[in-house]
Amino acid sequence: MPEPKKYKRVAYYPGCALEGTGHAYNRSTKAVGKALGLKLDEVKNWNCCGAMEVKNIDPKLQTYLSSRVLSIAANQMNHKVVMAPCNGCYHNLKKAEYDLTHDPDSRKVVKKLSDKAGHQTYEAGQAETIHALDWIKEAIGEERLKSLITNSLSGLKVANYYGCMYTRPRHIFPEKDQGPGSESTSQPHFMDDLLAVAGAENVNFPLKTACCGGAHTLSDSDTSTKLVLNILRAAEFAGADVIATECPTCHSGLEMHQIRAEKKFGEKTNVNIMYFTQLLGLALGLKPRKLGIHENISDSMQMMIEKRILP
Amino acid sequence: MRSFDEIEDHIDQLSVDHQSDLTNAAQKLLQLGEETLENWIFARGQTPTNETREGFRLLALHRQGARGEPSFNACRETCRELVYHYNLMAECNDEIQNARALKMGCLVAKHLCLFVSGKSQAEELGEFCCSSKPLRSNGN
Repeated sequence: MPEPKKYKRVAYYPGCALEGTGHAYNRSTKAVGKALGLKLDEVKNWNCCGAMEVKNIDPKLQTYLSSRVLSIAANQMNHKVVMAPCNGCYHNLKKAEYDLTHDPDSRKVVKKLSDKAGHQTYEAGQAETIHALDWIKEAIGEERLKSLITNSLSGLKVANYYGCMYTRPRHIFPEKDQGPGSESTSQPHFMDDLLAVAGAENVNFPLKTACCGGAHTLSDSDTSTKLVLNILRAAEFAGADVIATECPTCHSGLEMHQIRAEKKFGEKTNVNIMYFTQLLGLALGLKPRKLGIHENISDSMQMMIEKRILP
Repeated sequence: MRSFDEIEDHIDQLSVDHQSDLTNAAQKLLQLGEETLENWIFARGQTPTNETREGFRLLALHRQGARGEPSFNACRETCRELVYHYNLMAECNDEIQNARALKMGCLVAKHLCLFVSGKSQAEELGEFCCSSKPLRSNGN
């Protein structure tokens, strides 16, 4: 088991999406952290993790870009833990860690580019990358979280959607699949656990790690829309009032393609889409505005009033 | 072998038409999943295996398609969920439960078909997933 103390104050790497379409996730993550007494020190002068775009053209350049973020956190800010709430950033930082541990060529490229950029080279093992789910689950724990819930999500049925990058590929997440207490790559459950503590009823959702079509969005929007529509329908069929997300790309994809599915294919779905941090924030008694719920495209206010989660 | 579009149509029909013959529907659902993966494996220039893994050809086909690098395995759990829904229908005698399992199983099978067809047909999707790279490298 990780030591909870080391997660109480972490380096925070929001990544590009959380400054744009995922702003509500940024806002709600910070608000929930504050309510739980956790400290976030934003990585100074952070850069893009390399995302999909750089990785496709030059994977080693992506490794360098992610390593620079880790280097600033570890060498300039003296942090041992970097928390990345975006699945893409989390995946890329973990992948960089894996490559720097196992691939001498990656180490060589990262050293060369770090020297050229004039900063200390990141060495594998200097910092641990965690997701926002790990952060809350490990730093607070379910028992403590339960004691802080003032506005139960009782009566709310949730489909927890993790997307494809939170658990894949398995080999870059050595801490997962380590038995009781650890996260599972085939059936992730950390978000389910946290929201259950907050009073929500988690529905059985077989597409929790399926692809949302994020990579197809620009090249083939119809495929993306169909993939999202299928996820929305499955969540509705499972009885969910809301899909809880933990990735800004998945979240905005679900929201935008929900609208596009109606316009393009005449297929209307009514399930709401919210970040897990927004749901958790409501359960902690935070105001919707503090959690950026008004920034969501998917309007969940009415549903929350009907469910008596909001007055 | 049916095309992705035909498979998709059959899944949609299965969801609506076969509620009265659930035992057959479960088998058909699994077969549509297998055909989806056969398309993928043929596109990679290989012959789909007839072997089984954990008792299912679907899982053996997925293993065959995902072999090699890069191995992201994004449809592994979808295949396993499809097998799970097949098992629910095969093992349970409750018609209402089975009808629900068929409907959800069809959504799972459809996701598999949409995902595999998407990565097989659209270029420039990136190398994040197991097998779009070999497909494009072969000029398919």
